[in-house]
Amino acid sequence: MKHTLSVLVENKPGALTRITSMFARRGFNIESLAVGPTERHDVSRITLRVDCETMPLEQIEKQMHKLVNVLRVAELTPGESIERELALMKVSAPPGKRAELMALGEVFNARVADLGPDAIVFELCCAPEDVDSFEELVRSHGLQELVRTGRIGLGRANKPKPNRPRQHVLA
Amino acid sequence: MKMNGADAILRCLEAEGVDVMFGLPGGAILPLYDAMARGTTVRHVLARHEQGAGHMAEGYARASGRVGVAVATSGPGATNLVTPIADAWMDSTPLVCITGQVRSFLIGTDAFQECDITGITIPIVKHSWLVQDVNELPHVLKAAFHVAATGRCGPVLVDVPRDVQEAELDFSYPDSISLPGWKPPRRGHARQIAAAATAVAAAERPILYVGGGTLNAHATDELLELAESARLPVVTTLMAKSAFPESHELHAGWPGMHGPKWSNWALNKADLIVAVGARFDDRVTGKVSAFAPGATIVHLDIDAAEISKIRHADIPVVGPLKPVLTQLKKELDEKKVESRTEPWLRQIDEWREQFPLRYRADGELLKPQKVLETLQELTAGRSDVIWTTGVGQHQMWAMQYLQCDRPRSFISSGGLGTMGYGIPAAVGAKAARPDATVVCVDGDGCFQMTAQELATAVLEELPIIVVIVNNGYLGMVRQWQDMFFNERFSQIRLTQSLPDYAALARAYGALGFLVESEDELEDALAQALASGRTAVVDARVDPREHCFPMIPAGAAALDLVEFEDENGDPRPGRDEVATRSLPLGTP
Repeated sequence: MKHTLSVLVENKPGALTRITSMFARRGFNIESLAVGPTERHDVSRITLRVDCETMPLEQIEKQMHKLVNVLRVAELTPGESIERELALMKVSAPPGKRAELMALGEVFNARVADLGPDAIVFELCCAPEDVDSFEELVRSHGLQELVRTGRIGLGRANKPKPNRPRQHVLA
Repeated sequence: MKMNGADAILRCLEAEGVDVMFGLPGGAILPLYDAMARGTTVRHVLARHEQGAGHMAEGYARASGRVGVAVATSGPGATNLVTPIADAWMDSTPLVCITGQVRSFLIGTDAFQECDITGITIPIVKHSWLVQDVNELPHVLKAAFHVAATGRCGPVLVDVPRDVQEAELDFSYPDSISLPGWKPPRRGHARQIAAAATAVAAAERPILYVGGGTLNAHATDELLELAESARLPVVTTLMAKSAFPESHELHAGWPGMHGPKWSNWALNKADLIVAVGARFDDRVTGKVSAFAPGATIVHLDIDAAEISKIRHADIPVVGPLKPVLTQLKKELDEKKVESRTEPWLRQIDEWREQFPLRYRADGELLKPQKVLETLQELTAGRSDVIWTTGVGQHQMWAMQYLQCDRPRSFISSGGLGTMGYGIPAAVGAKAARPDATVVCVDGDGCFQMTAQELATAVLEELPIIVVIVNNGYLGMVRQWQDMFFNERFSQIRLTQSLPDYAALARAYGALGFLVESEDELEDALAQALASGRTAVVDARVDPREHCFPMIPAGAAALDLVEFEDENGDPRPGRDEVATRSLPLGTP
């Protein structure tokens, strides 16, 4: 069973290393990981896709919560969140195949990012499952190279923004 | 006030109330040692090896209940601290390690004695800081002490580049700091505690399974009150030895791999286990699927991640143990139900009578168990004794035969099982408790890993007594090779006479005693205990002796193996073997 976790961390040196090291040490599998800034300059968001076959999700969340730089851990549940992924795919496209491939791309809203004599670079930004489908489709045409950013996600617009992390101040 | 970073570090330690730190200087930490020379109220104990300094800080922390401080230089100094940091991590010992680092502009250039110690220690610290701006120092140190000692205790590391130590700042120690990601629980959930009380009141065979978290939480009084008022038997893990008075009638021994059969039976045949700051370690549970099969689990712990990590908790309570135990007792008191545990307590007592610790007491050679028994007899009734141990057979015999009635009187490396822990931990304990008589029960293998700290004990006037249970072998390894590897002994023979431990002790300026027979034992131990000096007693014991009982690795705790005599008779007559059941008495 796979889950997507959205983790807010302090934008401090080593914060990402602490998380990935903890995953490695405890034998949790990370399927994809994306890190970037948020609406607050001092906070970064890490979106993690984890495979929970070996360890229950709850244990992963609790272990992450113990890290001093981690502010909040939330699961992005399907249906209540929007998930996206950006992918670039270089597909073999001799002139005779170009039109067919571009038509396929249109179905998936894949933009042609670059075009060479024998290949097309498609750019997709969509639900990760659609990236999977498109990847499968073009594979038979000769998928030369592929890069994916890893999924990112947010709660749906009708869901209120979770509270700002509580400040823990010493007396 | 204007000062440099090094002076600021000392002012921070003083503000935190630190009275002793343990360390060894080197290039990258020179400014801090220069600041010490300018003056500080914090005593510095000069170790002979950074690993020793780290274990001393651990021993200090465990004996005092306060944060231990270790100091080392960059590179090899810092890496020598890795073992104590890992040890403190496994045993939840609050530790602040301060390491020097090469100058900021050299970081990343493979400079002399540079190593990425914050990177190396990430998996074994609660948190770490590489201080890049001298103005951050006071906040970082305040945070370091706070993180080490709150929530589940553990080690933190502060890495300070040399130029940061030398840079000037306008010092003031902050009253408060902001750590938005650090939110240890402040109280247990009231409804969960009420549910726990209901379960305890309804149980017929309840038991308190107490772990080291109880000592870290300073909750031993609350534990005693709860156990007495609800008439609950108590087993204490190795880490919790001394958390509950062992002469108390409700103390049911120590569960686990070398715990007595009656203790393991009490825990495994309970219908309700209340885990108090314990983590269902594999040394306690044996085969997890066969552990206490009929028991409902109430798990009280400050660390939410321990809940249901190994064994599903039916009623988890996450919170600080002191108020949680108080509240649990209050809830139970309010129920005003008659305790139903008397038949269960009688049953445990029967097992206690039925399955005493046994060993063969005949023969020419001194038995290791006899060394521990004699130590126990010589110190019985004394309230000033703190024991430390190394790791191995001697440690398990110490657990079995020493009776600890006062909190923090038994200090041992549990989770990491660090050989060589005993001597430096004893030095640290003595620094924390100068009034105490600190005795390290060591093995000959362990002794040779950290014996250099005898120099620290002698020169820093922190006298300790080291009793080497010397069987000339890596004894626990020998036992495993004997029992599980068809007696194929491999690389375990150390010899009993090389080095000459008593002579080595004298070379360090300590007293040295050689004990080769039972006749010499009591006298040597008594002399060492009375000497007021650092002393080493080399007790040469029967190398063939195994530590029993034992739960073979991977076996169920209920299937533990007991002592057998040479004829293979598992129940030899009592006249042939020495037996020991715990004396019953009042606290």
